[in-house]
Amino acid sequence: MKPQLDLNGFQHTFWAALWAPEPAPASAETLPEWQTQPGWQVYRNTVLKGCVDALQANFPAVTTLVGEACFRACALDYVHAHPPRDRRLLCYGDGFPDFLGRCAALVSLPYLPGVARLDWLWNQSHSAAEAPRLWPEDLGGLAAVDLAALRLPLHPATRWAWFADLPIGSLWRAAREHWDDPNPPHWQGDGLLFTRTQDGAVQWQPLSQAAAALLDACARGLPLGVALEQTLEVALRVAPQTDPDAGTNPAPGPDPAQTLHALLSLGVFCRPSVHSPLCPEYPA
Amino acid sequence: MDLTQAAGLGAGLGLKPAHYDAACACSASGLWFEVHPENHLVEGGPRLAWLEAVRERHPLSLHGVSMSLAGPDEPDPLHLERLAALCERVQPALVSEHLAWSVLDGHCAPDLLPIVRNRQALVRLERRIDQVQERLQRRIAIENPSHYLALPGHEWEEADFLNTLARRSGCGLLLDVNNVYVSAHNLGFDPWPVLCAFDPDAVLEIHLAGHHADPQWGERLLIDSHASAVSEGVWRLYQRLIERLGPRPTLIERDGDIPPFADLLLERARAQRGLEDAGWHPLGVAPWHRGGTADAVGQQDSTRWGVQTDAFGGWPA
Repeated sequence: MKPQLDLNGFQHTFWAALWAPEPAPASAETLPEWQTQPGWQVYRNTVLKGCVDALQANFPAVTTLVGEACFRACALDYVHAHPPRDRRLLCYGDGFPDFLGRCAALVSLPYLPGVARLDWLWNQSHSAAEAPRLWPEDLGGLAAVDLAALRLPLHPATRWAWFADLPIGSLWRAAREHWDDPNPPHWQGDGLLFTRTQDGAVQWQPLSQAAAALLDACARGLPLGVALEQTLEVALRVAPQTDPDAGTNPAPGPDPAQTLHALLSLGVFCRPSVHSPLCPEYPA
Repeated sequence: MDLTQAAGLGAGLGLKPAHYDAACACSASGLWFEVHPENHLVEGGPRLAWLEAVRERHPLSLHGVSMSLAGPDEPDPLHLERLAALCERVQPALVSEHLAWSVLDGHCAPDLLPIVRNRQALVRLERRIDQVQERLQRRIAIENPSHYLALPGHEWEEADFLNTLARRSGCGLLLDVNNVYVSAHNLGFDPWPVLCAFDPDAVLEIHLAGHHADPQWGERLLIDSHASAVSEGVWRLYQRLIERLGPRPTLIERDGDIPPFADLLLERARAQRGLEDAGWHPLGVAPWHRGGTADAVGQQDSTRWGVQTDAFGGWPA
């Protein structure tokens, strides 16, 4: 009786050949017969192309900046080094921004990892959970002492990044908004904020360093009073700088209260839990 | 399968993001839509909102491509929980997966990899399908993938294997006519007897799609690309099949070189006419029951060049 082929053994052999850096030549004598058939390459090509397509879909600004051919070559290297671990390809590429920073071919483009990070933040915002938003008027009735003690939770769809040295937010916007002139209006650090509108679309706007500091502090769970102090420190430190985006920046000035109001108006926070003075049940 | 919903399914379309608005607005009789759940297993945002908006107007089918039911790794419990939550949310008329595998040691290959149809595979698949059906509390359908390789060690023909799996697990079958056509061409067999060998009582859904000749090997190797209209050869097989089986919910898959929605509707209308000529009417299907009739063990979209990546493009920024 012919012995049964071990399914796991076959699958491990198949898998190793599928992910080999280079396809084995069909003439190699040690290959299983099925690896010499024309159809074998269909599986290998489909898997690799599927992974690269997913990365290209997940990092559109990077693709725009480096061009499709360059992107796909780098992406293929990433695929071999880091195959997907999540069955949802929309979640593939969390290590791609750092990987781009290690690509020798891209060393002349130091902003690419940051641009990739913004693509990734857009994806995260796009897929984040729903939650009731906190608006400026919700804080209107609070006593100053309660306001200072408040710990504001961020809305699940809120994402942001501040880049100290490079105009990565502008470069990302130029790519995603298809600016006629892709050169940023300045060559200094900037930031970007992602939120979702009421109808679910991801929106973005320039973010000041002070606003980024406020968001960072709130994300660390600091009371609002402490978070605003930190915001003021940053705002005073950078105040001498000219902000070319002042017209659309949610936090154009050094006043932390203005910064907070601008962020609240964009819906970056969600309503706190029942242990907050914002809730009718408080104090319990 | 949701008995009430599935009863009204005529000819459906694979749903592409670019067509969401047109899909919502369309009111063709018997129309339904199918998506890959992997593209909607998120916590919130537009992907879920758009799916729910379509679901408010049309029946939905969730056609999984990543469960890896035949793979060495045990099914990912988190993935199954996410799928169960999506089923709870959109109440699909149909849920389906593939006779394939795609995960090993926690890594995922976005494709439908072939299996050896032996006893080990049958036992493994039966147990895992049971696990999925138990968690989802519904019958699922398993699809025959396209084949590109003649593999050694099969103990069953594909139809017999799937029929046996259906009897033992209580699952249904999703019969992809284009996959049989492509496999028959690539491996050198007559597709019609194979289509006839599938248990009519188990076939819950039919898939139709287009294929291409391989760029390197030409007509010698057909690729299940889903990037063209359904071929005339596949239409002829489909017509004969539904004359034999009677009408079944029929889906036209299109994942590449996607035409305007109106063009897809025209192609879909051809399937709908075929179903109506074959006596399409509200379909009664037995509800899922665990295990089915156990018999002795005696005796496996596919979207080539991008299994689930198709639905990633076109999301509005």
